[in-house]
Amino acid sequence: MNPRILAATVGRILRQLRHDRRTVALLVAVPTVLLTLVYYMYADQPAPPGQPSTFDRIALVMLGFFPFIIMFLVTSIAMLRERTTGTLERLLTTPLAKTDLLFGYGIAFGLAGAVQAGIASAVAYWVFGLQTAGSSALVIMIAALNAVLAVALGLLCSAFARTEFQAVQFMPVVVAPQLLLCGLFVPRDEMAGWLQAISDVLPLSYAVEALQEVGTHAEPTGTMWRDVAIVAAAAVLALVLAAATLRRRSG
Amino acid sequence: MADAIAVRGLVVDRGGRRVLHGIDATVPRGSVTGLLGPSGSGKTTLLRAVVGVQVIAAGTVTVLGAPAGSPPLRHRVGYLTQAPSVYADLTVRENARYFATLHGRDRAEADRAVADVGLASAAGQLVGTLSGGQRSRASLACALVGEPELIVLDEPTVGQDPVLRADLWARFHALAATGTTLLVSSHVMDEAARCDRLLLIRDGRLIADDTPAAVRAAAGVDDLDEAFLRLIRAAEPDPSGEAR
Repeated sequence: MNPRILAATVGRILRQLRHDRRTVALLVAVPTVLLTLVYYMYADQPAPPGQPSTFDRIALVMLGFFPFIIMFLVTSIAMLRERTTGTLERLLTTPLAKTDLLFGYGIAFGLAGAVQAGIASAVAYWVFGLQTAGSSALVIMIAALNAVLAVALGLLCSAFARTEFQAVQFMPVVVAPQLLLCGLFVPRDEMAGWLQAISDVLPLSYAVEALQEVGTHAEPTGTMWRDVAIVAAAAVLALVLAAATLRRRSG
Repeated sequence: MADAIAVRGLVVDRGGRRVLHGIDATVPRGSVTGLLGPSGSGKTTLLRAVVGVQVIAAGTVTVLGAPAGSPPLRHRVGYLTQAPSVYADLTVRENARYFATLHGRDRAEADRAVADVGLASAAGQLVGTLSGGQRSRASLACALVGEPELIVLDEPTVGQDPVLRADLWARFHALAATGTTLLVSSHVMDEAARCDRLLLIRDGRLIADDTPAAVRAAAGVDDLDEAFLRLIRAAEPDPSGEAR
């Protein structure tokens, strides 16, 4: 990797995003709209005794979902566009290293995900009165990490897609099982053993557990840091695999 | 002086079909060499092999003394893909500056490359809002920006008006005069006359590697279009009979 080329690539990707005002507006507005729906869905539901309200429980995990789902989609399409418009082929004839490109996407969309998470968290805490025992900064950090993980998975999956149609199909394949098995709908330790085993190898399960730790503990816990480390390692692994599947020469 | 490009026995298969059947060719340094041939003849595949993004089945491609696509060459070779490969959601200037940075060049050089292709007045415009011809010139600016020693251009003048085409060819020759090597593909025969040397390719086989004057002399006609037709007939006595 070359710091100058990496920085230029991050800048280039963010500049592309900046010129696309509608995408920026959607990135900012959609989480807020969905949080509003969730807030009113559960507004009249009584909180179980001694536990956080249902809204608090669900909104906290959703703050981690938004960047994960959206950045996965955005990245898959962005990388596929690099392939289909020929810019990828051209980039690979320049001094740019494959990791410059992949980590460039990871950093640029990771930043975009952090901004998105920051805004969604601000709305959740200040408008809808979200309560967490731990710090909101940790929530935003975990959400941003989810964005980086989603970018890495999106880059890896885009290697296996030839068209936009195929790329979009990877979203239910990669994202949906992680959402279903992460522990939001059914606690992980109440699932059948084989479901738990699948859940154990899906990185989003650890991100959700980390968020739940922040929700119930005033100080960052060891479990939370371990989960954060697992998610970060999964993101780096996916980026390295994406670099390995990216070939300078093609047929 | 050594050749800028030396291709030996190059065989390429794409999609289960043989696209190049053992090409042998050289491109001298400091020249403008035209790669001419009908659409589907293998021009783009040959250029991709030269810049090192094509998987090859057999043969060697040596560029500026090193194997095609080897890391040191990435600083020394500029490549223009056939379809304009620039970011539609960036301005012309932002595109040029990005590719300039990849080659370790500064903003002033990026702006100069944009001016050189006649896009100075559109530099602040998003590439997506440009006309087709302007868009391919924006792409060309990004190929020229690093002042590479070898510039590989896949149909750079498609969609350009005659005045601009003449300007671009003048620019190519000015670059060659400073020692830059250019390999330019085209399927327009009237551009062949503007080249120092010609590589004529048909159905993945090289049928001529010479100067335009020598190609005319070999075919015995003045018109290059006609000369190309005669060379094809000479190479394939029964062109209609060959399986495609």
